[in-house]
Amino acid sequence: MADITQATQTNRARNADEHPVKRFFRATEIDTRLLGMVGALVIIWVGFQFLTGGLFLTPRNLWNLTVQTSSVAVMATGMVLIIVTRNIDLSVGSVLGFCGMIMGVMQAKILPQYLGLEHPAIWIITLGCGILVGAAIGALHGSIIAFLNVPAFIVTLGGLLVWRGATWFVTSGQTVAPMNSTFRLMGGGTEGSIGATASWIVGIVACLAIVGAILNSRKQRKRFGFPLRPVWAEYFLSVLGCALVLGAVSVANHYYWPTNIARRYADANAIAWPEGGLQIPHGIAIPVLIAIGVGIVMTFIATRLRFGRYVFALGGNPEAAELAGIKTRWVTVKIFMLMGVLCAIAAAISTARLNAATNAQGELDELYTIAAAVIGGTSLAGGVGTIAGAMIGALVMQSLQSGMVLLGIDSPFQRIVVGVVLVVAVWLDTVYRARAK
Amino acid sequence: MTDQRTPLVEMKNVSISFGGIHAVDNASVDLYPGEVVALLGHNGAGKSTLIKILSGAYRRDGGEILINGEPAEINNPRDAKKYGIETIYQTLAVADNVDAAANLYLGRELRTPWGTLDDVAMEAKAREVMGRLNPNFQRFKEPVKALSGGQRQSVAIARAILFDARILIMDEPTAALGPQETAQVGELIKQLKKEGIGIFLISHDIHDVFDLADRVSVMKNGQVVGHARTEDVTKDEVLGMIILGKCPPKAIPGPGAMQVA
Repeated sequence: MADITQATQTNRARNADEHPVKRFFRATEIDTRLLGMVGALVIIWVGFQFLTGGLFLTPRNLWNLTVQTSSVAVMATGMVLIIVTRNIDLSVGSVLGFCGMIMGVMQAKILPQYLGLEHPAIWIITLGCGILVGAAIGALHGSIIAFLNVPAFIVTLGGLLVWRGATWFVTSGQTVAPMNSTFRLMGGGTEGSIGATASWIVGIVACLAIVGAILNSRKQRKRFGFPLRPVWAEYFLSVLGCALVLGAVSVANHYYWPTNIARRYADANAIAWPEGGLQIPHGIAIPVLIAIGVGIVMTFIATRLRFGRYVFALGGNPEAAELAGIKTRWVTVKIFMLMGVLCAIAAAISTARLNAATNAQGELDELYTIAAAVIGGTSLAGGVGTIAGAMIGALVMQSLQSGMVLLGIDSPFQRIVVGVVLVVAVWLDTVYRARAK
Repeated sequence: MTDQRTPLVEMKNVSISFGGIHAVDNASVDLYPGEVVALLGHNGAGKSTLIKILSGAYRRDGGEILINGEPAEINNPRDAKKYGIETIYQTLAVADNVDAAANLYLGRELRTPWGTLDDVAMEAKAREVMGRLNPNFQRFKEPVKALSGGQRQSVAIARAILFDARILIMDEPTAALGPQETAQVGELIKQLKKEGIGIFLISHDIHDVFDLADRVSVMKNGQVVGHARTEDVTKDEVLGMIILGKCPPKAIPGPGAMQVA
């Protein structure tokens, strides 16, 4: 005990000499890289806000932005683990397309024969089937990579072609539509949002979870006599976390239903149409909730479970991981299975949003997913990356695209900008890493 | 050898070849509890390969391994760990991007009743073990990449002794270290020896290990030149074994000894 107190005292002495900004970051233990990314996001948002004359930072645009991001964000969380282990998955777009088509056929053609149209269980059976198909495809990719030693680049490049072709064969190229109405909730829209009250409840639960997590970590550190964060830093983090959550909920609740839908709803429920129009808040969209849920689960897997620890150890030093007795091949198979499952979830979101399963679904998504992970700080050299970073990376990419659409920039030029941003982001990251050493 | 006890480890007539090259050819070595055996030889003599067979990194083509007199089936690093064999590799084999505690427990993580990683408990135990080995070590939160060679070495050693190893294999344990850290490792070896752990020290430099070892086994071109007690031979004689394969009178010659006409 005496040693520890002494150590903390010397730490304190050292801290006192530090620059206040540095001391602030040390005390709060905020990841500066993540902060840099958030900073870039804020700059992009404020920039577009000026350029579009105030169209960008509106509840409506922000709400749509998050919905548009969710599909790629879901896949980016899995791509992090894949890139961390020095692999790559080029097939995610095609796997998304294939899973989407299977789910489309399942709910529009197969299940109604047995359960009847609009049966409440259709969406869950469909989603379950999609996830199984995704996991099986991932297991196949992973096994070829791990047990037959074919490089992931080649296996998934093959997968990119194979599964896009397979998507066509499911319906001979026909688009499947419309989707089951319960399933469609996963795509967002007016129906696929949870409304104001539920959104506030979600927000408050999230706040409680943040405070609970901070308290718990403090208790754990105390139990073993580790150095604690200063109390002001704990308060600061709690307040910041809660403010962000409640702010986001408030934004979602300030985006109201479009007038004609609200009018139809009012007519259907015999509500008198008020003078200023009926303002029904959307609240948080279901796909966004799914993406956040996936993000939390994946962060948990990556940081709290043994599997996640193995993934990072494998990426840092494959030889050491093998010698430490880790079944590295199985870890690789599991990572690709997880990626397949996430592709299926993303497929559910995007088919539900489009209200159709098409041949071209998810084309180029592999590139956006990889770009999101890489912009989010995942190192292609392996061993480094965070789930939250990749999700913010996805949001950065979508913000750029959405902003350029608002500015009326041609789509070829949009691609040029996104491509340039990707290269610049990775270059900046390289500079940062070189400095950090 | 007059020792009547059962050897902790006995590798008998072990062979392995890679694409027609006999990396280890009919080699036999043994190790008793509380004993330090130095395995010497030039680079490429087959020492590391022989020992990687014991630690499960390679599978032998022929021969047998006895642990406490009983045949042992060692096919992968997990099997070796089951027999209490822990290895500190020349390359250190630490995962650079995770912290010291994670490295200590890599492959054998402590978990909470819910099946999640018990990072706090692992860090507490890591602090305890590292405190014993290297009291100045404070950087528990940083990736191992950020540590100095000596600190990385102490992480690797701590990992080996954390799990009550009975047989410790150290491949060039002091190659990357400064004089002070080398002395620390020497102290540590003496301490572990007292606890009854058998230690294989592998080195190409006789000066590193001669004073620590009870016996030397010398290898050349994949074959064992001979075994000798360190008190029976001089450094020069051992050098003769390493370079020429010439067995001094008091050593027990092996298959690789130079045939004297």
